[in-house]
Amino acid sequence: MVPSTSHGLTLTTLEGVPGKSIAEHYGLVQGSTIRAKHVGKDILAGFKNIVGGELKGYTELLQEARAEAVDRMVQQAQQLGANAVINVRFATSSVAPGAAELFAYGTAVKVQ
Amino acid sequence: MEILVFLILLGIGYFVGNHFEKKHYADIKKREKQTLHVPVMSWGCKQDMPYAHEAQMFTGSTVVANDYFKTFSAGLRNLVGGRVTVYETLLDRGRREAMLRMKEEAMAWGASQIVNVRFETSNIAGQTQGGMGIVEVMVYGTGIR
Repeated sequence: MVPSTSHGLTLTTLEGVPGKSIAEHYGLVQGSTIRAKHVGKDILAGFKNIVGGELKGYTELLQEARAEAVDRMVQQAQQLGANAVINVRFATSSVAPGAAELFAYGTAVKVQ
Repeated sequence: MEILVFLILLGIGYFVGNHFEKKHYADIKKREKQTLHVPVMSWGCKQDMPYAHEAQMFTGSTVVANDYFKTFSAGLRNLVGGRVTVYETLLDRGRREAMLRMKEEAMAWGASQIVNVRFETSNIAGQTQGGMGIVEVMVYGTGIR
């Protein structure tokens, strides 16, 4: 899960922050990370492919990776002096067999 | 010998996979009923800001995999085309599970509704396993209270 308050920054998927007005725009901020699968987890996943269902190891791995992508985005926003990132979007793509890129982007703003 | 292994795997895939699927669906339906009172909306981007004191982003994700039987029957399906029901249920389960995870997290925070929800699906198995095999589904949205 993405811990969205731990940074002291508000993240929303809306075009603003409800109850607050935008004072300043800082433009696009982004963060990404590329993760490869863990060999051990991959072997377990191979077994799991026989019975199907959720692959908890992968779920955790991707959640961690996504949290990191968000973290990088937030760091960029903080450097600009923003206190919120609005209209956040995610994108995932598999760039090579066994590796996935997780990408998060949004607009850094200052809200009051 | 090889045929035997194949049949055993197929049997395990079918019976165990089906068992887990039924259990998962029962669990999903139960949790969906429990979380029914919090509306989830896909609008919120082009409208006026909803009235709220606080807003926060929530995400939910899950990685689901095919069982052996599903892979096999989808392979057969490929010969004649048409609906691939075995994959439909898999992705449906994944989406609903991801949605529930986001919802439950937002509810724990005290959200009264979740707006501007977006879905994302990606294949993470790569080309090595013949495409569809392991799929990640994620949901994200803004919880308001």
